[in-house]
Amino acid sequence: MTDLTQSNLTQEQVRERIESRLASRHRKEKIFRGFGIASIAFGILAVVVLFTDIISKGSSAFVQTDIELNVTYDPAVLGIDSVDDESLAWANFDAVIRNALRERFPEVSGRRDKRELYSLVSNGAGFELRERLQQNPALLGKSETLWFNADDDVDTYVKSLSKSEEGFLGRTSEQKAEWIKSLLATGELEKRFNTTFFTNGDSREPEQAGIRAALMGSLFTLLVTLALSFPIGVAAAIYLEEFAPKNRWTDLIEVNINNLAAVPSIVFGLLGLAIFINFFELPRSAPLVGGLVLTLMTLPTIIISSRAALKSVPPSIREAAMGMGASRMQVVLHHVLPLAMPGMLTGAIIGMAQALGETAPLLMIGMVAFIVDVPHGITDPSTVLPVQIFLWADSPERAFVERTSAAIMVLLAVLITMNTCAVWLRKKLERRW
Amino acid sequence: MNNRSASKKVLASALAALTIAASNAALAARDHISIVGSSTVYPFTTVVAERFSRATQFKTPVVESTGTGGGMKLFCQGVGESTADITGASRRIKQSELEMCNGNGVDVVEVQIGYDGIVLANAKTAKPFELSRKDIFLALAKDVPNPDGSETLVPNPYKTWKDVNPTLPAAKIEVLGPPPTSGTRDAFAELAMEGGCKKFDWIAAKKKSDKSAYKAICHNVREDGFYVEAGENDNLIVNKLAANPNALGIFGFSFLDQNADKVQGSLIEGQEPTFESIADNSYPVSRPLFVYVKKAHVDVVPGIKQFLAEFTNDRAWGEEGYLADKGMIPLPTAERQKVANNVRKLNALTNLAAK
Repeated sequence: MTDLTQSNLTQEQVRERIESRLASRHRKEKIFRGFGIASIAFGILAVVVLFTDIISKGSSAFVQTDIELNVTYDPAVLGIDSVDDESLAWANFDAVIRNALRERFPEVSGRRDKRELYSLVSNGAGFELRERLQQNPALLGKSETLWFNADDDVDTYVKSLSKSEEGFLGRTSEQKAEWIKSLLATGELEKRFNTTFFTNGDSREPEQAGIRAALMGSLFTLLVTLALSFPIGVAAAIYLEEFAPKNRWTDLIEVNINNLAAVPSIVFGLLGLAIFINFFELPRSAPLVGGLVLTLMTLPTIIISSRAALKSVPPSIREAAMGMGASRMQVVLHHVLPLAMPGMLTGAIIGMAQALGETAPLLMIGMVAFIVDVPHGITDPSTVLPVQIFLWADSPERAFVERTSAAIMVLLAVLITMNTCAVWLRKKLERRW
Repeated sequence: MNNRSASKKVLASALAALTIAASNAALAARDHISIVGSSTVYPFTTVVAERFSRATQFKTPVVESTGTGGGMKLFCQGVGESTADITGASRRIKQSELEMCNGNGVDVVEVQIGYDGIVLANAKTAKPFELSRKDIFLALAKDVPNPDGSETLVPNPYKTWKDVNPTLPAAKIEVLGPPPTSGTRDAFAELAMEGGCKKFDWIAAKKKSDKSAYKAICHNVREDGFYVEAGENDNLIVNKLAANPNALGIFGFSFLDQNADKVQGSLIEGQEPTFESIADNSYPVSRPLFVYVKKAHVDVVPGIKQFLAEFTNDRAWGEEGYLADKGMIPLPTAERQKVANNVRKLNALTNLAAK
């Protein structure tokens, strides 16, 4: 504008010049907005593609093909006379399942065909029977009708039938496919909700594999991380922001904290291996060590966001409290901290979400492992959700493909819940001036 | 005020609980078997681990997939609770590794558990390839013998399969395979590429005169874009092959077995990769799989003996055992008996020549 007013132009000329540029300015504005909308559209498109891919692949994992069998707890077949721990360990429960299958398909003969027939049912079925009998010893000698998980090959075949007429036979033989079709026709084979997926730990048999152990492992790891990183992070932030003198040392510390936030996470894993496992001799594969390592990783995030939250509390609050005769500690604990809390909590939850999705640092401390037993404490060997996804994605069995996507859905659900919490907390606690 | 002091107490007790738990853990003896090692052996050790824990009262062994070399390092670190009890290997232990183990006071019991085949596969929508090991070497080696017949090496000039062997299709060479850190890659170089490399007499002669040069010629894979490192995830390679009918991929037999609707194995020296052809050794690109056991831990960590008994039971590693269902190719019966005997006696491995 200045050059227009400075030169000796009449008002008419000025208006002309502005008008001549108006069209191009409007066009530029439109293009600029267009870019904004295009980038948002691209982002949404990416999310939609990701979600449809994962959901279309993974949703079938929440149902599982089950097979109905009439089993008889025949003492002669089981090879036991009474129900006690020792005889249960010996008992031949697989034979009970096999008898039930042979009764259903009496025409099958020959060793090879029988083997084929037995492979209709998951090999975990025998263990299920053992648990049932253990809980209810009165069943010995009686029979009952139960649903068992079908083998993963059967499951894959049945699920592929709903997609195409022929289905994907894969490792399933023609003969087995006939049996499956006859069972489907009589309703003895049915797709049911996959409870195993939520109650079991990992397994090499896809139909017996579940997410529980990894979910608990993630929970324990995050608990340790939160219990350590939040108090330490907040204390460090308060000291640096409210008490520490501004000098070369605090500058150095600040630079280092910012640097630490950008260090690749695998480095923290190496550190954890060297310090916690090799020096302090803590157990490998334990959520305790995982939590300690992730604490190191999330600390800078929490310190930085907590300092930002403290900075955003207006100085007038501090001055007013001081004016009323409060000590510095009272100012911080009674006035500044409650006001900064929403920002700190948001930072902590974002840090936790980051920690939840981390695999690289856990590789070094042995949490990338095959864990079947559901952990009951922070020193039991365990793994975490993203590691479980990684391990399943690497498995050759076809049925693990859908379970991988299903596990991703569970992980995303946990993440979305955590982020919603962050938003909700901020909305609830936030105060505006 | 009350509220605040209460939350302080909760925090303090949480921290106290953590420290107590930590110190307890350090003192308590490990009650589960710890297994590390090859990602190729991992699918098999994990099945046995799971069956073993369901059938017995022992805790489920914890199995980590660290790669053969990484596993050996962890395993040979020494004797004690913080070190692994068993490691899986998709090749035999090296002399240097055995020396490292023995140097740290670790006595090793070798258990050969079976075989694994490595396949070169392409999409089902394309025609299956028929290759010889020589074709594979010429197509994938970094330097190849001069095509004019002189005994010199030139950087690999071949761009299409037809250049390599006129009977092959005129398609561009494009092979997706594992990176150098992978045991599959080591075995592929040793069995497929070296197998083809040896067919040139003058290179074979080098094996005696200059072993390292011989190894470099036979094992180095070209880096000019015709061999694509596709990562350690074999499922990914299978999916890429299904999408690209011109490419070939290198992976373990169990992945071919599970994805027979998408990919087909190439014939090597006229042999199709099947369960039977790998078991009877007629398919040339197969490798032995091992687990190594720390002798000193056998009586200390509960369950190792029983775990080995389960592993070397015919219901596991036999011709119709559950490991065969998972894609492992079993040893011949006589060999299995020999290995099982050795495991029962826990004979330590002293030098590699004696097997």
